[in-house]
Amino acid sequence: MKIMLKIMVMLLISAVTLSVQASPEKDLEVFHKYFKQKFPDVETAEFANGVYAFDMAGRENWEAIEEFPPYEPYIDDGQVMWETPFKNGKTYMDCFPDGPVIAHKYPYWDKKRKMVITLPLALNECRKAHGEKPLKYKKGDINKIMSYLAFQARGKTVNVIIPKDDPDAMAAYEEGKKFYFTRRGQLNFACAHCHFQNAGLKIRSEMLSSALGHTTHWPVYRSKWGTVGTLHRRFTGCNKQVRAKPFKAQGREYRNLEYFLTHMSNGMIMNGPGARK
Amino acid sequence: MVQTGKPLICLISSAAVLISSFTFTSSAIAGSHSDAIAEGKKIAFSRKKGNCLACHMIPGGKSPGNIAPPLVSMKQRYPDKDRLHKQIWDATMANPDSSMPPFGKHQILTDSELKKVVDYIYSL
Repeated sequence: MKIMLKIMVMLLISAVTLSVQASPEKDLEVFHKYFKQKFPDVETAEFANGVYAFDMAGRENWEAIEEFPPYEPYIDDGQVMWETPFKNGKTYMDCFPDGPVIAHKYPYWDKKRKMVITLPLALNECRKAHGEKPLKYKKGDINKIMSYLAFQARGKTVNVIIPKDDPDAMAAYEEGKKFYFTRRGQLNFACAHCHFQNAGLKIRSEMLSSALGHTTHWPVYRSKWGTVGTLHRRFTGCNKQVRAKPFKAQGREYRNLEYFLTHMSNGMIMNGPGARK
Repeated sequence: MVQTGKPLICLISSAAVLISSFTFTSSAIAGSHSDAIAEGKKIAFSRKKGNCLACHMIPGGKSPGNIAPPLVSMKQRYPDKDRLHKQIWDATMANPDSSMPPFGKHQILTDSELKKVVDYIYSL
């Protein structure tokens, strides 16, 4: 009970610190410090491996899965998608001249358009610009090309920039942060209740993963899905689990959430695509 | 309940009904209480209803979570049963940071389901 109380007090202090000051750098510091305190034996880099940073029983199973990664065919199919010309003869490279190692540059704030641009959004805008049908944002082919691009960006460092001199960018960041800490749904959970406050504890026999490192490895092959799915598909699932109405994949709410959450993993190494239970 | 001026026979029969219903109710109370506990346990263990095991260890429950304290010695922890009811109805009243879903306030359980769950938890 004493430990519980201590955790509660700690959480309260960090939650308050996180909400009153307005600097993304400070948020990042508080976030990292919080998890360092909560998991003193876990190296920061390990959090990119999700729950397997501290769920040692699950880790063994995961390492076995990673020996023959279930997402591998998706990477190969994604490469074909990337290299196959559109009907007009152009390819993705015409939109992304620095490609294919680009995933670490997303999400970013587009000052002119006053919005967060994610990689799936940019891919679809490229397709539309070249007369191709956009891909669905949760299931299907988007996961192939995203798997390929995630694999290409492995080893790159997460470095989301929040331009402090742009009030609209700050507002988008703050909206994402607020989303993360706001209770929703009939079950009344914020994202933070499971993945900040209770990370490392068990819900039934499932250990809860930590928010730190949550975005480094998408898209993810999830055994529960039997396929690779996008980050926004996972957001949708989380919202449904707390019996809240999910938002639109790649809509403003989830893009801003991705902006905040990815920023919280700044400094970590990209290691997508991932495999999870 | 019995109006004056009615025939005596009516009064007697009403009294008889009253007496018999009283004895019936008192035995039914004991019966319904243990029924309520059994039903409360079912609701508490159901994943779609109480799902208490998601976070709490409960004696006899399989694969419990460890987010919240084990549900044991409840009478000592809650000398006032009504406080336990309030806690399950909306745990954020006592602790604004609580992760526990507000089972009553958000109508996750009906009033009668909640009452049965309280009866069950209080028996632990």
